[in-house]
Amino acid sequence: MRPIRVLVAKPGLDGHDRGAKVVAAALRDAGMEVIYTGLHQTPEMIATAAIQEDVDVVGLSILSGAHMTLIPRVLDLLRADGRDDILVTGGGIIPREDMDALEARGTGRLFGPGTPTSELVDYIHDWFEARESQTA
Amino acid sequence: MTTAEMLELDRLREEVAQWRARFDAAKKRNALFANSGDVVDPVYTALDIAGDGSALELPGEYPFTRGIHSTGYRGKLWTMRQFAGFGTAPETNARYKYLLSHGQTGLSVAFDFPTLMGYDSDHPRSEGEVGKCGVAISSLADMETLFEGIPLDKVSTSMTINGPAVILFAFYVAAAEKQGVDIKELRGTIQNDILKEYMAQHAWVYPIEPALRLIVDNFAWSAEHVPLWNTISISGYHIREAGATAAQELAFTLADGFTYVERGLARGLDVDDFAPRLSFFWDIHNDFFEEIAKLRAARRIWARHLKERFGAKDPRSLIMRFHSQTAGVTLTAQQPMNNVVRVAYQAMAAVLGGTQSLHTNSMDETLALPTEQAVQVALRTQQVLAYETGVPNVADPLGGSYYVEALTDKLEQEAEALFEQIAEVGGVVHGLETGWLQRKIAESSSRQQWEIEQHRRTIVGVNEFVTEEGELTIPLLKVSEAAEREQRARMAQMRAARDNALVESRLTALREASRTDTNLMPFILDCARAYCTLYEIRAAMEEVFGAYREPVFF
Amino acid sequence: MPQSLEALVADFEAGKSAALARAVSIVENHRAGYDELMTRLHPHIGRAQRLGITGPPGAGKSTVTNLIVQSLRQEGHTVGVIAVDPTSPFTGGALLGDRVRMESVALDPGVYIRSMATRGSLGGLSARTAEVADVLDAFGFDRIIIETVGVGQTELDIARTADTTVVVLVPESGDSIQTLKAGVMEIADIFVVNKGDRPGADRLRNDIELMLGLRRGSAGGVPAHHGVQLKTFNPIRIAREAARAEDPERWTPPVLGTIASRGEGIDLLLAAVARHFRYLEMSGALKGRRRIRLRNQVAEVVAERVRNRLWDDPETNVWLDAQLDLLESGAATPFSVADELLRRSGPLLTGVDA
Repeated sequence: MRPIRVLVAKPGLDGHDRGAKVVAAALRDAGMEVIYTGLHQTPEMIATAAIQEDVDVVGLSILSGAHMTLIPRVLDLLRADGRDDILVTGGGIIPREDMDALEARGTGRLFGPGTPTSELVDYIHDWFEARESQTA
Repeated sequence: MTTAEMLELDRLREEVAQWRARFDAAKKRNALFANSGDVVDPVYTALDIAGDGSALELPGEYPFTRGIHSTGYRGKLWTMRQFAGFGTAPETNARYKYLLSHGQTGLSVAFDFPTLMGYDSDHPRSEGEVGKCGVAISSLADMETLFEGIPLDKVSTSMTINGPAVILFAFYVAAAEKQGVDIKELRGTIQNDILKEYMAQHAWVYPIEPALRLIVDNFAWSAEHVPLWNTISISGYHIREAGATAAQELAFTLADGFTYVERGLARGLDVDDFAPRLSFFWDIHNDFFEEIAKLRAARRIWARHLKERFGAKDPRSLIMRFHSQTAGVTLTAQQPMNNVVRVAYQAMAAVLGGTQSLHTNSMDETLALPTEQAVQVALRTQQVLAYETGVPNVADPLGGSYYVEALTDKLEQEAEALFEQIAEVGGVVHGLETGWLQRKIAESSSRQQWEIEQHRRTIVGVNEFVTEEGELTIPLLKVSEAAEREQRARMAQMRAARDNALVESRLTALREASRTDTNLMPFILDCARAYCTLYEIRAAMEEVFGAYREPVFF
Repeated sequence: MPQSLEALVADFEAGKSAALARAVSIVENHRAGYDELMTRLHPHIGRAQRLGITGPPGAGKSTVTNLIVQSLRQEGHTVGVIAVDPTSPFTGGALLGDRVRMESVALDPGVYIRSMATRGSLGGLSARTAEVADVLDAFGFDRIIIETVGVGQTELDIARTADTTVVVLVPESGDSIQTLKAGVMEIADIFVVNKGDRPGADRLRNDIELMLGLRRGSAGGVPAHHGVQLKTFNPIRIAREAARAEDPERWTPPVLGTIASRGEGIDLLLAAVARHFRYLEMSGALKGRRRIRLRNQVAEVVAERVRNRLWDDPETNVWLDAQLDLLESGAATPFSVADELLRRSGPLLTGVDA
């Protein structure tokens, strides 16, 4: 089977990329091809990269509190290019009720601080397998 | 050493060896937790401390291992300085007044991410972030509001700002002028430590060389105009939070400090003119004794290098004054009440290590900005420590402890070894350009993450002692989206009211000065006084300096 | 052609970036419909100039690439970029981080950036890079830039894939000298000494020019070893003069200095690239290189088809299993079995039913 392609991006202006880098390394170690775009990404930059790279998954790490503005914009931009099949997941300092609202808006699962990376790896693997078996 | 002493030493060695044999034979478990992953001996004795007489050192005396004041905390307690800021300037102004009325003794400004990166609240890249993780300050007008009713000659203010630090500092100085305060009276600190931004925290604006030039410009200007102001807070905090070990935090931060001193000297400044205003900022992590030893070693190393390497003569150049903050990275989202306990132990380590000021984190900070109630518990933690435990009664109460002294020596040696490695890679600036420093931190960070996931490192409530019956919930602070709208409206008003021709001419003057070697502080201050905005000033210099581009190291 | 592929080709021809990205994925993974897609795109291939960027890690390849893209955009060219990073041999995963350096062109609609992992290929590119470059070519990009892994050893694939190969080196790096020894001299059409403000930059330029001059000198019949009269034979000057001359018969790589962090030297680099392309056209080398590329492509398709048709065929596998006893007993050898297998597979290999 081909490797899963994941874009790991940090939207917003905060510079805390430790989580994003730990996640990127963990996904690579789990056999995925991880495209890392660096800090301070706008939703437009994230969506453009996701489309050009034809990724299966976009993983967002956000700790700046701007999640309710930035994450829905990424979803909308992907949708506008017909790529609502891309899984948008991620984590950071996001209160439970905001996570619920974002998941209702169309993201995949969102993970809080302290989640073991293995949980995210398993989640992406399961999602990918389910999707492949549907399309096959 | 007399013959009697040598015999006594031999007897002690023999006793320890016998004890060690009994220990090794006994059934026991390994050390539960050592922060930096080092082996900790089961017991320390007189044999473990250096015979160099450092045990005879007194507080307030060179090399200041035991503290910078001979009076310890009896002369002056540490400053309880809670970092705060959110939403708009009027909201934060109200929080400051609340904190001051509850016995806090210094202010500490948390800026929002757009401000930290040098963007105005009405810049497109600020959308969604205005006032979220700190207060939005885009011009002198906002700074005036922030300190409305707080006389700036009466408080000391710490501002956590780096990339655009000199701009925010200029707003502060201009606000003081507006209050009619003599700026010679201003007391406080701007963080202004750009090297650790490239290393760990990533709120940069300009490339390394022009950024260092602005810092030295400020050293020179401040020595003359605001002599009581700390021009920099050389910070280990963010390096540690990014995953460094205690020894790395110690060594990389001090190496940054030495780099600033070298740059000041290269400008032709006298070390004793600017070194007394350099201050430090440490992260206080979980490993209690290691943290205390780290602070003791830091003072000793700084004093020795300033004296022996840089030829400082003024005793104020030799003493390391520092702020401490309990480690945000140790807080857990799971069972957040446990954080109160973590913070209390860390705060005690900071005080036993002799900190000059302290921020204690609030229990809810991994979830959101702290609520007023959580901030109050954090402040009360310091007050209990200061007034109920008796800990501040004696200067350096752990001085002479075999373990703490041995650990202090060990951290000093590790730091010196790391200084040598940094020199081998061509110094701090070159180490940043090639990514050597960033990679070192990333390696430590990955190792810690791996240890946690492998259960080699216990985090109570996260990988052990997990409660199944749902998380304890605590109320969270929500910053309303209205803050952003209000701030944008105020910016529009300010832009309409100011003298825009003056703004243009001041920005042009700054841009032109940036092309020369002249000190830029007066030009930035003139821009601030004319109500040029943060981004306008940033952009004027960026046209000449360019922007820093992120290198990627995993 | 299935409907979905038809729709994809229509979107591709309409210039939609998402369709291009999908097409690249189909080709990269040799997914169903790959050969039909390539067949459809074939008439549109061959217009773009292909530029390869290689060199050791830390030389600043991505920064140089980014600056070249910016300059090409200012000249009005559209640009496709393929950035290759290594796949971990242990996990099969990869971290592709080259986009970070290209942030300033990330939102330019005239630029398309695609990160690729090597997926087990050892030549500095992925086995599919050349085909992905064909896809970008068919999409209509004027220029295609291919940035290699840069492990510094066997980056030879790039010379087969690109029209012009730029080797980026940096001073004060032992890697650079190793790279020169490892056969980079032969693949470079242009040398760039990046970080030209660092100590050792002039020395590195001289070292490269010396090697080039000696090579040229010896090829020209001048003794390059004993008894060299440096007064009459100065290899560095020979290399410099040869690199400046517009000689339609022979290309001598120029050695250029850049300071990518400040954007310095990129205009000269682009001028050299343009000059090299003129040389390729005038000398007929371009045509020759492209014909070799087509030939190699056919060989690769043959190899893949033979492999797939044989080993996807259940009957062939059953037959081979049945030979194992003979092989084990020594009655047959791997060579005789292989010959027999190819003989009996004729119709299977040609795709024509017997």
